[in-house]
Amino acid sequence: MTIPLIFDVSHSGCKTTSLVEQTKTDVSDIKDFLRQDKPLLPEVSELEVVRHFTRLSQQNFSVDTHFYPLGSCTMKYNSRAIHKAASLPGFLNRHPFALDNFSQGIMACLYELQNYLANITGMQAVSLTPMAGAQGEFAGVAMIRAYHESRGDKERSEIIVPDAAHGTNPASAMMANYAVREIPTLADGDVDLEALKAAVGPKTAAIMLTNPSTLGVFERRIEEIAKIVHNVGGLLYYDGANLNAILGKARPGDMGFDVIHLNLHKTFGTPHGGGGPGSGPVAVGKTLLPFLPIPIIDKKGDRYVSLTEKDRPQSIGRLSAFLGNVGIMLRAYAYIRLLGRQGLPRVAEYATLNANYLMKVLVDAGFTVPYPTRRASHEFIVSLKKELQECGTSAKDFGKRLLDYGFHAPTTYFPVLVAECLLIEPTETESKQEIDAFAEVMIKILAEAKSDPNKVKTAPHTMPVKRLDDVKAARELDIVWKKK
Amino acid sequence: MPYIPHTEQDKQAMLAALKIQSTDALFSEIPETLRLKGELKEIPEALSEAAMLRLMEERSEQDKAGLCFIGAGAYEHNIPSVIWDIVGRGEYLTAYTPYQAEASQGTLQTIYEYQSMMANLMRLDLSNASMYDGASALAEAVLMATRSKQKKTVLIPQTLSPFYRQTIQTITHPYSLNLVEVPFSMQTGRIELADLKAYEGQEIAALVLPQPNFFGVLENIDALTDWAHEQKALLIAAVNPLATALLKAPGTWGKDGADIAVGDGQPLGSPLSSGGPYFGFMCCKKDYMRQLPGRIVGRTVDTEGKTGFVLTLQAREQHIRRAKATSNICSNQALMATAATIYMSLLGPEGMQRTASLCHDNAKKLCESLSKIKGVEKIFSAPFFHEFVLKLSQPVAIVLAKLAEAGIQGGYDLSGAYPTLGNALLVCATETKTDNDLNRYSEALQQILRG
Repeated sequence: MTIPLIFDVSHSGCKTTSLVEQTKTDVSDIKDFLRQDKPLLPEVSELEVVRHFTRLSQQNFSVDTHFYPLGSCTMKYNSRAIHKAASLPGFLNRHPFALDNFSQGIMACLYELQNYLANITGMQAVSLTPMAGAQGEFAGVAMIRAYHESRGDKERSEIIVPDAAHGTNPASAMMANYAVREIPTLADGDVDLEALKAAVGPKTAAIMLTNPSTLGVFERRIEEIAKIVHNVGGLLYYDGANLNAILGKARPGDMGFDVIHLNLHKTFGTPHGGGGPGSGPVAVGKTLLPFLPIPIIDKKGDRYVSLTEKDRPQSIGRLSAFLGNVGIMLRAYAYIRLLGRQGLPRVAEYATLNANYLMKVLVDAGFTVPYPTRRASHEFIVSLKKELQECGTSAKDFGKRLLDYGFHAPTTYFPVLVAECLLIEPTETESKQEIDAFAEVMIKILAEAKSDPNKVKTAPHTMPVKRLDDVKAARELDIVWKKK
Repeated sequence: MPYIPHTEQDKQAMLAALKIQSTDALFSEIPETLRLKGELKEIPEALSEAAMLRLMEERSEQDKAGLCFIGAGAYEHNIPSVIWDIVGRGEYLTAYTPYQAEASQGTLQTIYEYQSMMANLMRLDLSNASMYDGASALAEAVLMATRSKQKKTVLIPQTLSPFYRQTIQTITHPYSLNLVEVPFSMQTGRIELADLKAYEGQEIAALVLPQPNFFGVLENIDALTDWAHEQKALLIAAVNPLATALLKAPGTWGKDGADIAVGDGQPLGSPLSSGGPYFGFMCCKKDYMRQLPGRIVGRTVDTEGKTGFVLTLQAREQHIRRAKATSNICSNQALMATAATIYMSLLGPEGMQRTASLCHDNAKKLCESLSKIKGVEKIFSAPFFHEFVLKLSQPVAIVLAKLAEAGIQGGYDLSGAYPTLGNALLVCATETKTDNDLNRYSEALQQILRG
């Protein structure tokens, strides 16, 4: 079913008068500044708006409606309670520049959240301000730059990134004006230490690592990596996108990392919103403490205050106009309070149990995993290279066919170094029954690939649209509706 | 166990399938030395849902302040009930970035409609799917302009929010740009064309131009845009999108229009929320399309010719281009952009213009009554939108504290960021204020300054 654009529903002159006061206004004093045209926006009734966007929403898969095992994205259940907590009128109506006397409640939540995250990561201090993972990465790399600059160490121009890294890692290094040096991964999924040793030197500013890596395995020689990089004067950056697997089990600070960002919208159960808002706090050890981005919440006596550049002269500065995505921080705070000290490690236990169990069921059914001797973390990879060669069905085809059976596809073609890969992350909030049902469907599709490959190659068959033409979208660009 | 559905039987069956005794074995690859012994000491014991909500209610009640006359980049507006009812639907709230297009047509079509509305509102060729906030969007626009022009100098008026200026500093610092602050006229409160003479002939990549500016004052946009283009520089407009429904659209400024328009979308349906989440928007002329950061949705067809939507032009983005991407942005603020799309649909062109007019009207009324009070003086002569600057006979911090006692959040204290203005207070009134609210403010201020 195709839903017409709201512009096509529009009928000139239609307006929702209950929404705006109809009193007379006078703008004659600014007449030279006024626009002469009527902005080309829809003119529709309130009911038409409600129906249009409700229908659109129904065309989405979501955690609330479907199992969504999207690797590296941690699509766990987003608790309604934390949503309600963050939506309390007192929080929603507070202006970012409200006086400190009227900000002690919210600052208490944020201050405690900073401490919780420092404890969870094994770091010294936290700034909550980055607005998403990639901004957290930028903040981390900018702090690394500020640290080297503060020591007058101007030769360091490279950031080392394993080839399995998420695309934001090299892109964040580029945003901080560093050259990126990629190092390979060994056949067992760990970083190639010899290649690392050969790559580091006086030009090394830092290494960016995810652990467990995006290959779904724990980097076992992390302490050695830390030593190699620290010995040449470089720092270690931890991409905390994958914290779900080690929550309460191991801490990046103990592994030797100097800075980490966390994705509150992954590990800490806040919703993804169709692509954001997220929140990407950064945590640092002693070395980078002075450089944390502002604002930071501090406690002086029994009063909470917000630290600025005056208190932190070496700070890399401000990353947004205000405090960051406070609404998301409040959700993460409420989530941690609900799970508590005992609940957090259980997340890692069940996320890992679900991933390893699902991997086992799939391997037993004949699927290939690239690291069969390794424990999965909270996610694992299946490679469909053999199925592509034998049946002509690709990872993309499998993903699309899953949609027909009511499961969202896993992440496809990432990480790039495993051919035809599906990166599968069930999360701790899915039951054994749901995971079994998913495995059954995977096995069914594998059988279909052999008996009726075309069915798989032309999937999906039951979605609002069939496979879409990406090439036409890019060549005959239509990204803004225009009046005919 | 909050949100973990496994029964003991389930767990045992899963462990048995893995041929292990306990979940401890799942962490065997973490070196012994790194395994956390003991508990996370800072984390309190778990609360029940009711106890957690009670705690959060107490904390939120604690912060209840009075009538809000603060602006400075975040504005209180009426938010139609429909918006967050729809945006709060699980299908919008709990979906990921729409990588699987066929299972994400709802989000994709919404973003396409969002892009269309923003581009039409700004009168520019295209819009991306959103940025984090207005300040970071502007920093990205500055980077985009310097890449396009291959020049390093960018003129940044001091009438731009100091927080936006600081954000530009942080984000562009690694590229050592030459960010030049342009002073404003103490009389008009805006950038005067004559003051730009000093920069003529320099290799300028872009001029940033806020409308309205941080003081609420309306800049002389047409002349300044033409000046920038005469210098072969890009013109980056930093605008309030609600005001843009009423004011000249960036794409129509001067002879050729602004090249890039950015701003914070918060006035379009996002609650104040202590500063976030809001969203940044970014629109530009088609010449700069390949330099645009962030996600873009395009309309296409499926294998049967039916209309559908996909993420497009991804060759600019980090997941394809890695270190050669236009930006590292990945997650954006999609949900807030969804709220804005519904806001613009509900209000329509006339509703948005009326709302903007009501804001202006209320601000004007308030400015008139406050400036009549002894010890209060309006300091800038140029017209304003819905914010204005007053000079007080007493230190602003003291006055604001007293106003707060009377249940009024009186505005933003400018004396920190603009010490040369003296005891200057930035006051905002939007359509949310009644005549009674405006009177309460002037009566309270009169009493405080008299006492």
